[in-house]
Amino acid sequence: MFKILKYSFFDLFRSRWSFVYFFFYLLLGLVLLFLNNDLSNAIITLMNVIIVLVPLIGTIFGIMYFYNSREFTELLLAQPIARKHIFLGQYLGVAISLALSLVLGLGIPFIIYGLFESSAIWDFFSLLVVGSFLTFIFTALSFGIALRFENKIKGFGMAILMWLFLAIIYDGIFLLLLMYFQEYPLEDFALAASVLNPIDLSRTLILLKLDISALLGYTGAVFKSFFGTTKGSIISFGVLLAWVILPIWGMLRLASKKDF
Amino acid sequence: MVTVTNLHKRFGSQKVLNGLNLETHLPGIIAVLGPNGSGKTTLIKSLLGMVIPQKGEIAVNGKEIRRQSDYRKEIDYLPQIANFPGNLTVKELIGMIKDLRGKPARDKELIAFFGIESFLDKKLSKLSGGTRQKVNIVLCFMFDSPLIILDEPTSGLDPASLIKLRELLQKEKAAGKTIIITSHIMNFVEETADRILFLLEGVIYFNGSITELKTQTGQDDLEHAIAQILT
Repeated sequence: MFKILKYSFFDLFRSRWSFVYFFFYLLLGLVLLFLNNDLSNAIITLMNVIIVLVPLIGTIFGIMYFYNSREFTELLLAQPIARKHIFLGQYLGVAISLALSLVLGLGIPFIIYGLFESSAIWDFFSLLVVGSFLTFIFTALSFGIALRFENKIKGFGMAILMWLFLAIIYDGIFLLLLMYFQEYPLEDFALAASVLNPIDLSRTLILLKLDISALLGYTGAVFKSFFGTTKGSIISFGVLLAWVILPIWGMLRLASKKDF
Repeated sequence: MVTVTNLHKRFGSQKVLNGLNLETHLPGIIAVLGPNGSGKTTLIKSLLGMVIPQKGEIAVNGKEIRRQSDYRKEIDYLPQIANFPGNLTVKELIGMIKDLRGKPARDKELIAFFGIESFLDKKLSKLSGGTRQKVNIVLCFMFDSPLIILDEPTSGLDPASLIKLRELLQKEKAAGKTIIITSHIMNFVEETADRILFLLEGVIYFNGSITELKTQTGQDDLEHAIAQILT
């Protein structure tokens, strides 16, 4: 598996796109820091970008890499390597190189700016952890979609729809429900709905970390009392982890049944 | 070496293999023939575990292959369409497969044999179809495995390379290997194969030597004998 990981990783590393992605974050980090001149503000702006962009890039990269390396995959399948290891290796190669672009691209400008002397280091750290989680989640989901759909156009369409649903439509439905049932106590529902969607969960985690939950009103207080506790942190971390493990499990299951 | 029992495979509603049975024990060259869509490639890919049959057992060297991968150490495979990752050079690809297999390889000898030294530093996407097929052949034969599976090995090769391929096959056969070939070039089959497997409607319709096939159909040449079966 590690050999496959190595080859997928270097294959991506040599490709232009991971550099474009890296330089994009580098530029974004530099511009935000030196325009804002304030670490905390830069982190909030970055959060808004990361929460939407990281899933999108993970999805698109995952699906493109899978379809483009089909020949390589077929070559590997005839070698004495277990299927599980082939797909897990390729997945980790993509996810790790994307996560690395994110962490390095944002990390470098923040270190230059003097992150280590700032109290915002933990906020920034949690931003990177959440961003990496989202990368792993959405790359796994897109690999699963690519395995499920032989037709590239269909697979690409489904992947974009999946992203659109989790990043935008889910929130829309959530809001509509909140408005429709506003006479009822909705805190538990709101809490559950935010925990179940990885993008919402990531956003909530960072917002709470930044101590601006007061902006969220009463719900914010409920959230704070949930996520602030050890139990809440364990649950939210567990959900993020489940969002990584379940799609990987599904992807490997699909791979074990597929004909090539 | 290879035992296939009651193999069934369907893609959607299309039945491709329909209770196929096969046993190969002696070394030598076995040609798998049949009309387009008769299941030749599906059979070969099932042996390699790339296609997963709905029913039936396959054993290679006495071991059931389902969910296994180690048995492929003993198999060299030449895919029908030589698609390679286009951004690698020939040398990188060979190096990578050698690294993945972790086994000594005789790549240099085969590269010289097929005369592709000058292409080693070229990207695979820049190669012509015939050269790509030669690279494919080098990749397939370099590990010296006892079972060799070739899907349409002749495609895209010029006459000189075809002669070389034939020479290589004879050498491998003399070394006691089992070689399974699919081909539509009857000329090539007639000159190389010791045994013919004719697939029709997902089962083996004929299994025997070329002479037996000719006597059974009452034809003197292989092409006509095959045509006779199909009518």
